[in-house]
Amino acid sequence: TMDKFRMMFQFLQSNQESFMNGICGIMALASAQMYSAFEFSCPCMPEYNYTYGIGLLVIPPIWFFLLGFVLNNNVSVLAEEWKRPTGSRTKDPTILRYMFCSITQRSLIAPALWVSVTLMDGKSFLCAFSINLDIEKFGNSSFVKGMSETEKIRLLARIPCKDLFENQEIRVAATRYIKCISQACGWIFLLMMTFTAFLIRAIRPCFTQAAFLKTKYWSHYIDIERKMFDETCKEHAKSFAKVCIHQYFENISGEMQSLHRHRSGQDDSGDEGEDKRSDEDKLLGIRAQDDMNKVLWNWHTCKPALALRKDQMDGENSSKLNGKINEGFNGFANGHAHETKKREWAVYYSKV
Amino acid sequence: LMERLKLVLQYFQSNSESISNGICIVLALVSVKLYTSFDFNCPCLPQYNKLYSLGVMTVPPIIFFFLGVLVNRHTGVMMDEWMRPVGNRSKNPAVVKYLFSAMLQRALLAPMVWILVTLLDGKIFICAFSVSVDPGLFSGVPNNTGLDVIRIMAKVPCKEDVIFQNSSFRKAVSRYVRCYSQAVGWSILLFLIILGAMGRLIKPCFEDHAAFLQTRYWSNYLDVEQKLFDETCVLHARDFARKCVVQFFEDMTEDSILHLPHPPFISNVSERWEEEEERLHGVTRQEQMDQLLNKWYYGKPELDVTRIAHRPRPCVTWQDPGGRTLYSDV
Repeated sequence: TMDKFRMMFQFLQSNQESFMNGICGIMALASAQMYSAFEFSCPCMPEYNYTYGIGLLVIPPIWFFLLGFVLNNNVSVLAEEWKRPTGSRTKDPTILRYMFCSITQRSLIAPALWVSVTLMDGKSFLCAFSINLDIEKFGNSSFVKGMSETEKIRLLARIPCKDLFENQEIRVAATRYIKCISQACGWIFLLMMTFTAFLIRAIRPCFTQAAFLKTKYWSHYIDIERKMFDETCKEHAKSFAKVCIHQYFENISGEMQSLHRHRSGQDDSGDEGEDKRSDEDKLLGIRAQDDMNKVLWNWHTCKPALALRKDQMDGENSSKLNGKINEGFNGFANGHAHETKKREWAVYYSKV
Repeated sequence: LMERLKLVLQYFQSNSESISNGICIVLALVSVKLYTSFDFNCPCLPQYNKLYSLGVMTVPPIIFFFLGVLVNRHTGVMMDEWMRPVGNRSKNPAVVKYLFSAMLQRALLAPMVWILVTLLDGKIFICAFSVSVDPGLFSGVPNNTGLDVIRIMAKVPCKEDVIFQNSSFRKAVSRYVRCYSQAVGWSILLFLIILGAMGRLIKPCFEDHAAFLQTRYWSNYLDVEQKLFDETCVLHARDFARKCVVQFFEDMTEDSILHLPHPPFISNVSERWEEEEERLHGVTRQEQMDQLLNKWYYGKPELDVTRIAHRPRPCVTWQDPGGRTLYSDV
């Protein structure tokens, strides 16, 4: 089953689009859930109503938008591609634009959902705009005659709070009116967003299809290349570490191992010999407590240099053989790798 | 169980029509759910009732129609096929027409579901048309309030309103209007079903079935072709990336004259070290690695893997002392 999970995970990862769509859907659900869990409590005071109502409509969407950017892996890919020096690979601005557009589109879904749910619910509009109502429209408003302007405004500001406004009939009518306007705004907002998405998705192929295929391929390629590079570095580090440690052990117990190899090379007798050799191999020539202590002590106090010796991967005897053949092929002196000039004596046959 | 699931998924994916059908049904279910969770709030004011109700009855269907067109795969396939230059493949307008009509039919399902559900439920009709009802048909009109008739009728959709307490007038008017609304809803449903049935029955008389089979096949083919192209591009990008990275690693230790990587060592190195050797790609020192990582940022390699894709391999030829070839890789 682990194989199947890994296959599924790999499929999701390889198809970046579906993975990002999944995250985007989860964030949309989270935003709807957060709205229903949030307890809206209007301050019911003329100075703060508007700020609270509109703030709750505008600030969480901004927060969700930024969160969408943070959770999207492609942002760092985009930033890297933007800032890198040109080197031997030219930079293509259309790719950057494409990546930016796709990231922005996905991050806009959760904020749009929050705004539409808030508008459909109506509480924030009620809180923000109750003081702008003309109270005569909603019923018997004789009790407001004779009030000063500030008193009237203070009274209107209390409409969103059920327990602070006495005249139920007027409060219910006013609430219904504002909620109706808020829902109309919500539907119009949804219509605009859907229409814009429709224009972008359905009409775009009319214009730039060939260039679009190209940018899609290369932006996907950049993402995969980065992953491949990380994978290759990991593999390389693993092999590097293996060989480095092996060579370290060899160094510490150099003579013991070559001695042992002489002996096992002589009585090479079939399968048992091979088994014994692999077990003995694993000991790497360290059989006494003092030797092991020395190895462990040195590993901390004097770590080996990060430079592998190519010839000594199989002990000293065969290294001489290696050395001769290697010299024949690529001119290594004494089996050490040098950065400087080498002489080539090999003949290369090509497949053509 | 996983095998069966995979089979089912494969079946659905191979037939793109069934995926579109599935998505279309999901959208219809979403529209029903949206209607039930939407808090319908009639303003109960004479000037705004009709406006609000008609808005709620028409704007969501338009939104669902656009959504239906958006999420349908056939839209992209159809637009591609319509807008493409002719090239080496002749264009068949019948295929485009078929895709367009299929897309349209599927996109119209969710809006129709919304409209039918609103009509069968009745709330919206009551909100819109309660002012047009003649109050004389019902007894118990509340006439002790100071409001005129129109305003009273406009308040009928609102249950909690004060003027309707202990009065059966409101319920009677609501039931009357709801009755009309459900009648309209059922007639529309009946009309649509009859239309569909007639279409199914009469279609074979008018169309060329053979041509229809052809257009259906080729439209499915276009969809599958696009999917396969995308998949192949993904696999190719993966392969390209791997070769590019490996080539970059090996370039750090290349020979400066021949520009070829050093061949693997031909020696009796045991197998486990061969694998490690391969993975090292020739980079074996800290300075080399640092240089490599630096170069990866400051000078990314060009997008050309011809060298590694057509790399020559060393071929061994064994000759006996007499000069005769015993064995040759060439």
